[in-house]
Amino acid sequence: MLEFDWEWVERNTSMILNLLGEHLLLSYIPTALALIVALPLGILCARLHWVYIPTLAVSTIIFAIPSIALFTLMLPLTGLTRTTAIVPLMLYTVSMLIRNVVDGLHNVDGTVRQAAEALGYRPVHRLLTVELPIALPVVMSGLRVAMVATIGAVAVTSILGLPSLGSLFIDGTQRFFLTPIVVGIILTIAVAVISDLLLIALQRIATPWTKGAAK
Amino acid sequence: MPTITRTRNVAVFSAAALAIGTLAGCSASDPLATGNEAGDGTAITVASANFPENVILGEIYAQALEASGFDVDRKLNIGAREVYFSQIENCELSVVPEYNQALLAFIAPDVAAAGTAAIDQALSAALPDGVGVLSSSSAEDNNAVVVPEQLAEEYGISSVADFAGISHEWVFGGPPEWKERGDGFLGLTEAYGFEFAEYRVLDYSGPITLSALDKGDIQAALLFSTTPQIATNNLRVLEDPELVMGVNNVIPLYCESALDDEAISVLESISQALTTDGLTDLNAAYSIDKQDADRVARDWLTAEGLL
Amino acid sequence: MSVFEQVVAWFSDPANWQGPAGVPTRLGEHLAYSVLAMLIASAIALPIGAVLGHLNRGEVFVLGLANTVRALPTFGLLTLLVIATGTGILPPLVALIILAVPPILVNTFEGMRGVNPTVTDAARGIGLTSSQVLLKVRLPSSTPLIMLGVRLATIQVISTATIAAYVGLGGLGRYVFDGLARRQLDVVISGSILVAVLAVTAETALILITRLCTSPGVTRRSARRVPPRSHPRKPQQSATSARITSKGN
Repeated sequence: MLEFDWEWVERNTSMILNLLGEHLLLSYIPTALALIVALPLGILCARLHWVYIPTLAVSTIIFAIPSIALFTLMLPLTGLTRTTAIVPLMLYTVSMLIRNVVDGLHNVDGTVRQAAEALGYRPVHRLLTVELPIALPVVMSGLRVAMVATIGAVAVTSILGLPSLGSLFIDGTQRFFLTPIVVGIILTIAVAVISDLLLIALQRIATPWTKGAAK
Repeated sequence: MPTITRTRNVAVFSAAALAIGTLAGCSASDPLATGNEAGDGTAITVASANFPENVILGEIYAQALEASGFDVDRKLNIGAREVYFSQIENCELSVVPEYNQALLAFIAPDVAAAGTAAIDQALSAALPDGVGVLSSSSAEDNNAVVVPEQLAEEYGISSVADFAGISHEWVFGGPPEWKERGDGFLGLTEAYGFEFAEYRVLDYSGPITLSALDKGDIQAALLFSTTPQIATNNLRVLEDPELVMGVNNVIPLYCESALDDEAISVLESISQALTTDGLTDLNAAYSIDKQDADRVARDWLTAEGLL
Repeated sequence: MSVFEQVVAWFSDPANWQGPAGVPTRLGEHLAYSVLAMLIASAIALPIGAVLGHLNRGEVFVLGLANTVRALPTFGLLTLLVIATGTGILPPLVALIILAVPPILVNTFEGMRGVNPTVTDAARGIGLTSSQVLLKVRLPSSTPLIMLGVRLATIQVISTATIAAYVGLGGLGRYVFDGLARRQLDVVISGSILVAVLAVTAETALILITRLCTSPGVTRRSARRVPPRSHPRKPQQSATSARITSKGN
């Protein structure tokens, strides 16, 4: 069955949309949570070198653990719930983002910092209104890559039986049926591309002073 | 359908997909955290394991219950026994199609029972409180050792016992969990005194095992006896004269508080109507003809006069 | 016995260290898949990235291709390949190569392109041909960034090579998938530890190799000896977007 079966798509549209919705949740929730974790952690790491080195080491190790293994390890703790997918995906995203937050903050030119100080900005105020906005493009470029990666990695959770577009890969494999797999791949790419465009738009809005920073 | 319309449909579909998908996902309740939310005792959550035959059986249960007026929530394709069993225990899932001997081996690996009646009895005794099984069906889905017909012919193999002295340079393919089980590969080698050069870990009666047989990467494999490709791919099922692998009858596993007498009688009538050949036909319609699970189930129920 | 003790027991059981299912064999298989995928991916991505970066052409092509390829779900691709070509080494190998190409390609492209123009101008000024500039100036100058891409690809490939076991091949993923099927959490954990250790070891080895291979004129250590000068800052956006990569599996 190597030809594409349009009829299957038409008959199963509502199921496909449900899986798509699940997939979006399992991609966006971990990414949002990761951002909430990575920003303060990154700020801390940018300030304190002795925190950064071990954090970097831990995040490298987390990144090296196969995702199917982390999902499996979550199973006895959280069962077949979304949490089983969300926690590992969040950890991967944090470990990808942390470097970017730190690099972004380190990229803030010393003269800018001094200028802000001379204008009487207090450290917290300076961080929020000067340094973070300058670091934002670098953080966003990390977020974009992490987002795309997460959207691809969600599919692996279907090996455990969690519903997502990955379920289409399992169905296709079990029945030697190409159509669901192709639909799954195309929708995953579509979600990734559209999410990426949304993040680019978001970044343009958030950092109007950068022109074409997002490529 | 004209191509233009189709292309437009696709475009509309893609554009709407993200938006609708988001809404659908947001409004959908957690697939497994839901219990009997209706509260009136009529909402039944039908589950299935994640392999084709079980999905079809789950769909059959669901449609038959719906036809009898029950509200049915489907949680099909949800992973392995270790995952769904605990959800049956706490009643988040109401009923799942099971296989009596495999289920017994799961909950009470040390209990030995032979014969359908003995297995069902042992099963009922071993199940935790609140969880039960209904009568088992005569439909069997057994573990079956297969060899490509040509090879079987060449070496004159018709029983697993014939492997002795022949197979020591061959590779056997099967699922990981089956290698060291008493009713699995280990049990067979002990009972019949044969050996293989290697037990290659593949999937459970799925496309990987079938492809490996096809390519000659393995010479023998474990498949479900209801696998339709046994016929279409020219495979010979070997006899197991000492019944090491036992017999697996389809049996509904359920949470006792979730099903009333009427629901139970619906499921019992399905078990009565199911046959081994019927299972193979259901699998063929779903896995080979690529029909949708709901249609395969509806056709079967209609043909059996259960709808 | 706690899971932790089970894992310790698993590692100290000599039976797990011999035979076709033993750690050395599985480790060797895992390494073989990873090295093969990395070699092929490098053979594809390095020349394309280097030449296009040198010519400063095809930005849309390189970055667009890399982003599209990154969006391909590795697991979906693997199942597609299994359906299309059957089982064997090909499906996981192709999936791993596709995973490894984007980081190597983008980093090579950005590295080659980002070399300070005053350096390349000077090289041309003393009479070097275009290909000499590519090989003798741009390549050594961008070694750190290229190697960063190779490292990131390596860590992903080693981690993702686990899925070879899903389609019936060997490698350390066998422990993960078999443990999952047999409900042996200790085996899953032990397998994951081995994968992570292998990945981190490979990354460390590549860092050391990078140090050895990098021209002293490019490393930070020697840069420090040079009195600080106001270099035109490298375009920070491209440098950073090049250094991050994705988790593919």
